[in-house]
Order: sequence, then C-alpha cells, then structure tokens
Amino acid sequence: MTATDHSVGLGIPGLRTGTELVPALGEGETQSAKDFSSDQEVRWCPGCGDYAVLKAVQSFLPDLGLRRENIVFISGIGCSSRFPYYLDTYGMHSIHGRATAIASGLAIAREDLSTWVVTGDGDALSIGGNHLIHALRRNVNMTILLFNNRIYGLTKGQYSPTSEAGKITKSTPMGSVDHPFNPVSLALGAEATFVARTVDSDRKHLTAVLAAAAAHRGTSLVEIYQNCPIFNDGAFDDLKGADTKADAIIPLEHGQPIRFGVEGSKGLVRDTATGGVKVVEVGDGAGQTPVGELLVHDAHADDPTTAFAISRLTDAGVLHQSPIGIFRQVSRPTYDDQARAQVVTASEAVTGDASDRLASLIGGGDTWTVV
Amino acid sequence: MSKQVKQLDRVIIRFAGDSGDGMQLTGDRFTQESAVFGNDLVTLPNFPAEIRAPQGTIPGVSSFQVHFADHDILTAGDAPDVLVAMNPAALKANLGDLPKGATIIVDTHDFTARNLQKAGYDANPLDALGDAGSQLGEFAVQPVDLTGMTIEAVKEFGLSRKDAARAKNMFALGLLSWMYGRPTEPTEAFLAKRFAKVPAIRDANITAFKSGWNFGETTETFAVQYEIKPAPMAPGTYRNITGNLALSYGLVAAGVRSGLPVFLGSYPITPASDILHELSKHKAFGVTTFQAEDEIAGIGSALGASFAGQLGVTTTSGPGVALKTETIGLAVMTELPLLIVNVQRGGPSTGLPTKTEQADLLQAVFGRNGEAPVPVVAPQSPGDCFDAAVEAARIAITYRTPVFLLSDGYLANGSEPWRIPDVDDLPTIEPGFAEAPAVAEGETAPAFRPYERDEATLARPWAIPGTAGLEHRIGGLEKGDGHGNISYDPANHDHMVRTRQAKIDRIADSLPPLVVDDPSGEAKVLVLGWGSTYGPIGAGVRRVRKAGFNVAQVHLRHLNPFPNDLGEILRRYDKVLVPEMNLGQLSLLLRAKYLVDAQGYNQVRGLPLKAADLAQAIGELVAQAEGVAVDLTPTSSKETVQ
Repeated sequence: MTATDHSVGLGIPGLRTGTELVPALGEGETQSAKDFSSDQEVRWCPGCGDYAVLKAVQSFLPDLGLRRENIVFISGIGCSSRFPYYLDTYGMHSIHGRATAIASGLAIAREDLSTWVVTGDGDALSIGGNHLIHALRRNVNMTILLFNNRIYGLTKGQYSPTSEAGKITKSTPMGSVDHPFNPVSLALGAEATFVARTVDSDRKHLTAVLAAAAAHRGTSLVEIYQNCPIFNDGAFDDLKGADTKADAIIPLEHGQPIRFGVEGSKGLVRDTATGGVKVVEVGDGAGQTPVGELLVHDAHADDPTTAFAISRLTDAGVLHQSPIGIFRQVSRPTYDDQARAQVVTASEAVTGDASDRLASLIGGGDTWTVV
Repeated sequence: MSKQVKQLDRVIIRFAGDSGDGMQLTGDRFTQESAVFGNDLVTLPNFPAEIRAPQGTIPGVSSFQVHFADHDILTAGDAPDVLVAMNPAALKANLGDLPKGATIIVDTHDFTARNLQKAGYDANPLDALGDAGSQLGEFAVQPVDLTGMTIEAVKEFGLSRKDAARAKNMFALGLLSWMYGRPTEPTEAFLAKRFAKVPAIRDANITAFKSGWNFGETTETFAVQYEIKPAPMAPGTYRNITGNLALSYGLVAAGVRSGLPVFLGSYPITPASDILHELSKHKAFGVTTFQAEDEIAGIGSALGASFAGQLGVTTTSGPGVALKTETIGLAVMTELPLLIVNVQRGGPSTGLPTKTEQADLLQAVFGRNGEAPVPVVAPQSPGDCFDAAVEAARIAITYRTPVFLLSDGYLANGSEPWRIPDVDDLPTIEPGFAEAPAVAEGETAPAFRPYERDEATLARPWAIPGTAGLEHRIGGLEKGDGHGNISYDPANHDHMVRTRQAKIDRIADSLPPLVVDDPSGEAKVLVLGWGSTYGPIGAGVRRVRKAGFNVAQVHLRHLNPFPNDLGEILRRYDKVLVPEMNLGQLSLLLRAKYLVDAQGYNQVRGLPLKAADLAQAIGELVAQAEGVAVDLTPTSSKETVQ
C-alpha cells in the first residue's frame, strides 16, 4: 500500500515529548525499515490489513530517531498480537487482554524506553477492557495500537465487541443480539489524553497519526480500522471506495472546520437540541449552513464533550460513516513520570548507602539487646 | 498497701471486645511492653472480616491473644489464662476457650439489658456469680466498671462522654500492665506520638492508662501481682515483628542485596494489604508500588517490570492467586524472575478473609495449565518471613523463574521477638544481566540466543531492553530451544517441557541439608510440617518429649522442589505425621513422590493448630510405633511445658 494524495491531514504539528527521555541515535547514525524487520516469516492471511500496518510501522520507526534497543512492543493475543515477532526491537507476545497491564509496569519501571502496545478489538475491548480504561485514565506514557477489524480472527470468526448488532457469525447463526461499543467513545469516556482513529489503507494518515501518538507524552490510543479478508471482508469498504469515501470519512483536522462529502458538501455543527453535533449540508442556499458556521475541530480542548459528540457519528452498525483523525490530544501529567518523581524525591531526602539504611530500617522501632 | 508478688513462668492473656473497642491496639501495646521487658512471646490477633459488624453482637467481637513467658515458647497458647472481656458478647464468644480456673476481668459497664440481649444472654451472668451452678462458677471473675472509671478519670479533658469512654481500652491495658509488671514508658511514648495532634485525646489516653495501673495498685480487688522473668535468648538485638512487616522488610532487603529496584504490582486484599502499605513507605530504597486496577494487572505490571530489569513482586491472597494464574504461566514460559506472595486465608472462594489456612499449597505447586513448575517457599514464623522473602528472591533471580512465597494469615498478623540480622550476613543475589556481545570491527554480532542456558542452573539469560545487540522477542507460545523463536516442533516441545522442569528441580542442589530435630536419635515417629504450623508442632513435640518419649521433627521451607535429602529422611522413620491446616496437601505430595505412608493431622478451623491436640496425635502414633502406652504427663512435674 502506498500513500495517496487523497490522504487525510491531521493539523497537529509533531512534538517529540513522548520520547524525550529515550536515548536517540548518535550523530551520523541512521536506521532504515530493514533494521526494524526481524528474521521471522510474517504469517498473516494474504490480504490481511495487518501487513499494511506492519509496513507502515517498520517504515515509521526509523523516523523516530530512537535507539532500536530502547523500543519495546508488547502485545496480547489475537492475529494482530503476532506483531512484535516481526519487529527487531525488544518485544513480548503476552497473554489475552493483558498487554496494557504488562506495558504499564514496563513503562513505569523505565523512563528510557519507548513503549508500544499492539492489541485488537477482542484483546483490548473484551477480555482486556478493564486494563485499557485504567491505562487511559492513568495516562502511562505508552502508545496503544488497537487494530479493529470488528471480528475475532484467530478463533475463526466469532463476533467481537465492535461487531454490528445482527451480525451472523459462527457463534451467532441467528444474528448477534450484542450491542457494540465504539473504542473512541470509550477512550474519551475514560478521559484518555490522546485518542485517534486511522485506517490501514491510508499509509500517510496512519504514519502521521503514529508520529503524533509517539510524540504525545501519556497514553495514546490509536484505533486502526483493519480489514480481515477472511472473516469480515469489506467491513470498511465505504471508507476506502473511490465513490464512497468522501461521504464516509469525516476528517478531523485541528483548527479546521469539520467538512466532508464530495467537494466538502457536508459539515458538522453543534446540535442545540441534543447537545451533540450533527451533519449539515454546506452552502449558502436555503436549508444549508455557511462554512463560517461549521464546527471548528479543537483537539486540544480540555473538555472532551465535543470530541465525544463527534465520536458518536461513527456508525454502530454497518460502517457507512466514521470520523478519522485525532479526536483529542491534551496534556496531563503522566502516571509514570509522577511515580518515578516520588521515588526520586524520597531517595534524595536520605543519605548514606542502602545497606546502612536497610540496617536502620530493620533495626528501628522498640528494640532490646540481649548480651 | 503491699501486694503479694507471685512468680509465673508464662501467661496467656486474651483481650476481647467489640470491633470498635480497640482490642487489637491494646493487645499490640501489651505485646510491645512484654517484648521490651524481655519475655519471649507469640501473638494471635483474631478479628471479623467486617470493619464494623453490628455493635455488641457476637460476630462483632475482636480479640488479641498474647502468650509471654520466661522461656522459649512457640505458640500463642491453646487456652487463655486471663480473659479481658469488654462487653457481654466478648464474654460469651470466648468463654468456651477458657480452662477451669481462668481469670476473667469484665467491664461491667456494658452489661446492660440491651447488650445482654444482643449477645444472646437471657439474664446477666454477672448477677449469679456467687450462686451454685453459675455458668461462671468455674472461673475467677473480676467485675470492674472499666468504662465508668475511665470516664471519671478523664473528665478534666472536657471530652464528650463517647470520646471519654473510648479510652477504656487504655484503662484496661494499664490494669493488666500493673498485674504483670510491664514497663509503661513505651506505651506512654507511643500514645504521646500517636495522638500528638489532638492533645485532649492524647492526655485522656495516657491518663486512662495510668489510672488503670493505679487502680490495680490501690484497689483490694487485685491482691496479687505477677512476675514473669525475661526469657533467656541468644545474644543480639531484638524487636517484636509481625509476619507482614518482616516480609516487607525482606523484600526491601532483597532489592538492596541484588541491587535491583523492587516493583510491587498489587491489588488490595486481606490479609496481604499491609505489605502494599508498608512497601509504599520505602520509595527511598528505589521501591515502586503500583496499586493496580485488579489482581491480574497487579501481576502483569510486575512481570512487565521484571522484563524491564527490576525485581517484580505481586502480593495477594488465595482468590487473587486464582486470577493471577495465567500470568504466572506466562512468567514460567518467558522465564523471568517474579515473586508471588500469597498470604493464605480460609478458602475456597472468598472463604474466611481474616482467618488463617494452608490450603493453597497445591494451587501454588500445580495450579496452572500445562506443565508449569513453580518453586514454592514458605516461612515458619512471623520473623522468618524476612528470610523466606530473601530466599524466594534468590531463587527467582538466580533461576529466572516465578516463585511462590506462601505466608498465611496467622503469620501475617501474629508477632514474635525477632533477632535483627546483620545486613552483611544476608545473601548477596547476583542478577547477572546479559551483556551485549563484543564485536570486532567489520564483523557482525552473532544472533542473540535468549533461550541458551547456564550449565549449572539451566537459567536463561536476562537480557533487558536498552541493551544493544540483544533485541529479542519472548512470549507465551512455545519457544525453540536456544534461539527462542516460536516452535511447534513436537520434539522441541517435549525437550522444553522437560528442561523447564529440570531447571526447577536443579534448585534443590542449592539448598542446605534439612535440619532433623531428633535429640535421642531413637525416634520412630517423625513429625513433618511446613509454614506456620511450626510453632504448634514444635510445642506438641516438646510435650511428648517431656513425657519421656522420642519423636523427631523436620520443618520444610522448600515445598517445590523438595530438598534432596527429604526422601532418605522420611524412610528413616516408621511413622510420619504431617500436621496441616488443610485436608492433607503436603501428605498427598509426599505420598506421591516418596511412596511413604505419611499420615495427616488436619484441621481447617481458620485458627492455628493446638499444641495439646497435636501432642495427643503424636503420642498416639508413638504408642503404635513403639507398642507402648503413652501418658503425656510430664516425667518431671516441676518442669513446665507449653
């Protein structure tokens, strides 16, 4: 997959604060995508969206300019969770749903590591839902790539927490009666500081989102729409089709009016009746809304209400419409920075070597001596 | 008024009251006073799982038992010599545990119609004290209006009646401190510090404490003061310590002795939470504590920290272990150091959160999918939790493996005098991180082999992120021997399963020989235990020996792998008795591994085993083995046994 000229822009300049404490390459040192490719054969199904994401990540990592040995990918279980095996960094293919918990420990322990989580809709939202929301609210410095194919692939085709109601699968022959949720809404509800959505087929947008996510200091959640050609083929076709994508993708660019549709014929405004946002026809005619009255996207708004309202424009059923881009990016002290700062503060408040201090500790309290 | 002073060699006191009456604090203070005085002691706190069960009811009774002596003792005692009962429920709940002739000090203030009814008394048992057939007739009952006298004593501080009454536990402590000649300075200093910010409460508590003492000294109700001389102990500096505190210190020490930062990922659970609280105070030692969203994240974060090169620790109790199980399997597969501390409580399920049990042994040894061996270490007394924690860390780090440390509720909250070790005498633990290969100019580094093993220990390299040239991937899928890439090869899987087992078995080579306590060398019966039953077993064995019979004792610290000499020792004896607070889990393991006829002595009452019952059981086995009648009356009646 190559970048196209029709790629969606983001409107947020890249900052490097998320990786500030991670050792960078030295003067004159360079890295290429090849340096990040392991010797393991990639084993996803032909046509799987994971290939595109892997390629994008392998090409993007050298741009970070970080030392390869200071990058760690932690994954859970599922098709996408094989990801770390294919990257020549440190990695752990862990257990179902727990990658965010394991990565939290790693990120708290070491400020000099760039910590990445690779997970899927089943892994992160079903079995690992608890760890995901708590990582997001804590704001541990790491980037979570959530591959959402809206199906269970590795277990061969059961519905997932993001599958549309009524979906016929192996475990729901009469149609699923399970109501799906939306990862972006969930993350915003958990007060995540960085929430974005991108698509496997838009390499340029994907790469730009990855860069912004890595730059963000805190937990970055990136939902990546990813096609499963075997069990849920075409789930994102409307977002990719030449005829449909203009109406299907609502691009979010910070500081820009939110506009989409062929020749920008549609846009978003606040809906005073519901407190949410709604789609309007853009123009100066009767029943149309002038461009100047459209909602201007503010990813840095401290209040996540508008971002949440925008996230609700994502179809819960078959996907015909979805906002894409960075919904929210705000600064909040990270859990790991603060936890380490407490250790540093406490350590600086004492003198003497650790053995002597240990002797005082265990020899404290009411003591008596027998001679 | 001169009082009679009577010598005693040991006393067991139980303080009992409502959950809100401060009995744990009272018992703890009496313990500290006794420790500073130099008695040997063992304590047994016993409290309900509810923070405030309905006031005045039997379920709301909280108690603290302390056994102190002028000689080396091993248990908190089977039956109290003295019961301090602060209300009718406390009297009723504890009466059944008292031997004939025991002293009962009752706070009469709360013996109101309503409280009597709440406790299930039809009539006030104190009214019938002198009557023939009184249910308290077998005991020496001292009814005292502790609360009334406390309120009177502290009235100058202008507290509300309720706040004034709350100092009654200190009045009771003062009275008991006088009765047993305890030093008062530590408690006065303690109260001054604890209530420094609320002078009225501070002064009221100190005054109540002193008033209790003075009451004992002046009133004619208490004619006798008792003296229990200090116990001879090995030279050294001592402190009183609970198991959870010793275990926390052991984890800090493991960090210092290995040079690794300690990372505790934990979720609050009774009776393990105190370890989280304690470790959170020791950030200056580089200790990070992470209160996770659940048990799974607790261990997950700890494993992540271990991967990062820290000493990952998680603390929990049985229900939490159930949740952590899958991650323990991942730690087995990824071969990373990890400590799992299980402070066992009554099970199954939520079970008895505040009571003790040893029923998680098989869970620790086997409770995972697949062949997933995990070493298991158990402390035998509160103070021993320190050494056991250091030993568990040694095994985890040296062998790159998760290790279970099995404490229990009795060890966690119970206390004993602990000889403070010299830090320099603690073992040094060598993390030995893998280092980047030296590569000559123009050559490429050989591929790193994360599952290449040390010949002696079979441990794999611990290669931490940030080390150039050692980038590698680990995970839960089966690893190829040496190179560590995913492998589905049948022969490789068989090899790896056996290798992981062999690595754990190798740990036995690093263990010292077992200590066999068999003074005569002629015992036919061996008593073998593990964990907190050490005290009751030791006390039971002493009784049997004092009665003139031979019995041997061995106590296991390592439950997996077993020490190399265990099989040979078991075969030396005709009979093997295995007392446990479960239905025979260690016996099952011994029978399976060594084909010995290990007999269980099993109680699951949520309480420590009783020395007297154990002595009886041992005696019966000695009678069978030696074909003699066994009478457990001490051969020398002046000798004291416990």
